[in-house]
Amino acid sequence: MNKRITNILLVGVGGQGILLAAEILSETMLLAGFDVKKSEIHGMSQRGGSVVSHVRYGAEVFSPIVPEGEGDILFGFELMETYRSLSLLKPGGAVVTNDLRIAPPSVLMGQEPYPEGLTDRIRARFPDLLLLDGQKLASEAGNVRAANTVLLGAVSRRLDIDEHYWLQAIEKMVPKKALEVNKKAFLLGRASDWSKP
Amino acid sequence: MNKEILSGNEAIARGAYEAGCRVASAYPGTPSTEILENTVNYKEIDSAWAPNEKVALEVAIGASFGGGRALCTMKHVGVNVAADPLFTLSYTGVNGGLVLVTADDPEMHSSQNEQDNRNYAKFAKVPMLEPADSQECKEFTRLAFELSEQYDTPVMLRTTTRISHSKSIVTLAERVSGLAQPKLVKNAAKLVMLPGNARVRHPFVEDRIKKLSEAGATMAINRRELRDTSIGIITSGVCYQYVREALPDASTLKLGMVHPLPHSLIREFAAQVDNLYVVEELDPFIEEQVKSMGIAVTGKELIPLCGELTPGRIRSAFGLQQPQSVSEEKLPGRPPNMCPGCPHRGVFFALNQLKAYVTGDIGCYTLGFMPPLSAMDTCVCMGASIGMATGVSKVVSAEERKRVVAVIGDSTFLHTGINGLMDMVYNNSPSTVVILDNRITAMTGRQDNPASGFTLMDDPSHSIDFPLLCKSLGVKHIRVINPFDLEQTKSVLQEEMERSETSVIITDKPCVLVKREGVFQKGPAYTVEVERCTGCRACLKIGCPAIEWRPSGDGSKKGTAFIDPLLCTGCDVCRQLCKFDAIGRAK
Ligand code: SF4
Ligand code: SF4
Repeated sequence: MNKRITNILLVGVGGQGILLAAEILSETMLLAGFDVKKSEIHGMSQRGGSVVSHVRYGAEVFSPIVPEGEGDILFGFELMETYRSLSLLKPGGAVVTNDLRIAPPSVLMGQEPYPEGLTDRIRARFPDLLLLDGQKLASEAGNVRAANTVLLGAVSRRLDIDEHYWLQAIEKMVPKKALEVNKKAFLLGRASDWSKP
Repeated sequence: MNKEILSGNEAIARGAYEAGCRVASAYPGTPSTEILENTVNYKEIDSAWAPNEKVALEVAIGASFGGGRALCTMKHVGVNVAADPLFTLSYTGVNGGLVLVTADDPEMHSSQNEQDNRNYAKFAKVPMLEPADSQECKEFTRLAFELSEQYDTPVMLRTTTRISHSKSIVTLAERVSGLAQPKLVKNAAKLVMLPGNARVRHPFVEDRIKKLSEAGATMAINRRELRDTSIGIITSGVCYQYVREALPDASTLKLGMVHPLPHSLIREFAAQVDNLYVVEELDPFIEEQVKSMGIAVTGKELIPLCGELTPGRIRSAFGLQQPQSVSEEKLPGRPPNMCPGCPHRGVFFALNQLKAYVTGDIGCYTLGFMPPLSAMDTCVCMGASIGMATGVSKVVSAEERKRVVAVIGDSTFLHTGINGLMDMVYNNSPSTVVILDNRITAMTGRQDNPASGFTLMDDPSHSIDFPLLCKSLGVKHIRVINPFDLEQTKSVLQEEMERSETSVIITDKPCVLVKREGVFQKGPAYTVEVERCTGCRACLKIGCPAIEWRPSGDGSKKGTAFIDPLLCTGCDVCRQLCKFDAIGRAK
């Protein structure tokens, strides 16, 4: 097996379903026969703080965290968090991000503005960018809360893993009553256009 | 073979199950909490939350003395609380195996210090194992139970946040069978630690550590991996993974048992490599011992003493890459915040207005120190708020004394706050204590406690009556308030702060995340009537994440408030702040 490790970073705001997306991603890699490790910090971050989850897979994975500047794909659930984490990516890395702004406390209180023009600033550093309206696609699938699975679908296009492993992982990780919506959301995301710049 | 992806914590629970563990006891604490939340899924293990770590360990000790295998888990600072029984448990040894998990938190992701609990193993003279991934978490837990019985000692298992909360692949096995049936056996010479008996046990303890150190040389968990021998690295835990990542060609001595150290193995390894290093997080624990063996070794001259290591930090320590430059661009931070509708907000708002000096404690409410509430002045350790209020009142002027208020959550009060209150009453301190009773241990993710009315196994149980408890401690002035009523909260606080005797105020609204039926009820959302909103920003002063300031967009400072209907729980606090009646129930 190829020695290369694939490094994926999932970033966003506590409560956005990042941990579930990371679970599904890791489960898929287990099913596909890879060694896989996943790491994130819980605790204080649950109260609306920034969340970073690391998923790594390959023939044999050592560190559970992605070494600095070696991320292959940055998978962002919120624009400013995506922007904040760009330094984790390797040069030429790919970015999938949700086109969503969530105001942090200082912005909510009107003390400072939410940064402008983030999409362009991300694209200037990482041209291989896919911007998605996860909420909109998730609503099409039947529930706005499935935005995380839409985004996961988009990421899946970049990873050479058979579709049935993804669906099998979703079946295992998602509660029954939300299953159909999440499968649909995943496939909608997976159908998104990843044309290179 | 059955493979699953488990976190370190899930794997420790699995290891305990496979090892035939019967009792698991803990006080929740990040990053250790999920261990008991998982042992509870195995019906063979009696899993329970204790009110604090000392009691948790004592329950485990009893189970062990009764002949059953027992697991006790806590975060690093929890061991400070449990240290008293631990040090003597080292002398008594065990009957059924006893494993004490300490989950350390380098980088202080959710802790008030980053103490290195490997020092406890050395201090208490007990062996300590340190796993490097989830598979090892499971295997080492099993092994720890076996070593515990074989060497008649409690065994500590140390994880760090990156081990506890990282997931990796684990191969599952069956639960062992054929362990002896627990029963009462008297053995005072071993279990009654009075001086005469303890003096006999102490040499046993010293000898035990020597034997374990010798046995460590051939234990499979202490593993030598010879590659390029110009660099040899002694390491353990997650640092081993980082070393393999950062320096794949280096030879390693991976220690699964970090106390006692296998001296002969270290000597052999040192002789096989040209340059010897120790890569360890936090203290130079291994390094100093290797140096005291007379072996030349490099450690903390290169490796940072503070914070977590990462593959990048190790690479830059070895000169392989430039230290990460921190990007200069300043983005708005995203610190954690209390939830919309959190019952703590009103109390801190009132304390801020009253210019109180607030001795604080550990829980979600510690976030009350942040602007705009800015109403917490100290936070040291679990239960400390009340004693600190007594102490500070002793030294300041009579006028300033009135401003002193201790604030403590229900779970923290039951943990170690009760003693502080007992002292406050006993020694006639005039301070005021606020017990923020939100019916749950919220911060660590909603665990039940002796006041919540349920056990970890979800059985109904007695729920402590706080007013009655305070009364029996001798508090004469006890008030129960609704923290969502700002006027009442403020006036009661003011009255009790003026008083020259100990007083207790209890808030009685639940945490918004409590899922149990009939505890928290979400009300209809509020909205801002834009025509009435003058943009005075009064409602922003409570820092509710559901309220957003929307600038008018014309470049001026003007704007209006907006309430996110999905986030608002209808707690009513912001409405009371608006002088223009602009906030009300959505129509
Ligand atoms: S979890 Fe509960 S106690 Fe903690 S901030 Fe949220 S509402 Fe408040
Ligand atoms: S009523 Fe006001 S303070 Fe309470 S949750 Fe809603 S917006 Fe926040």
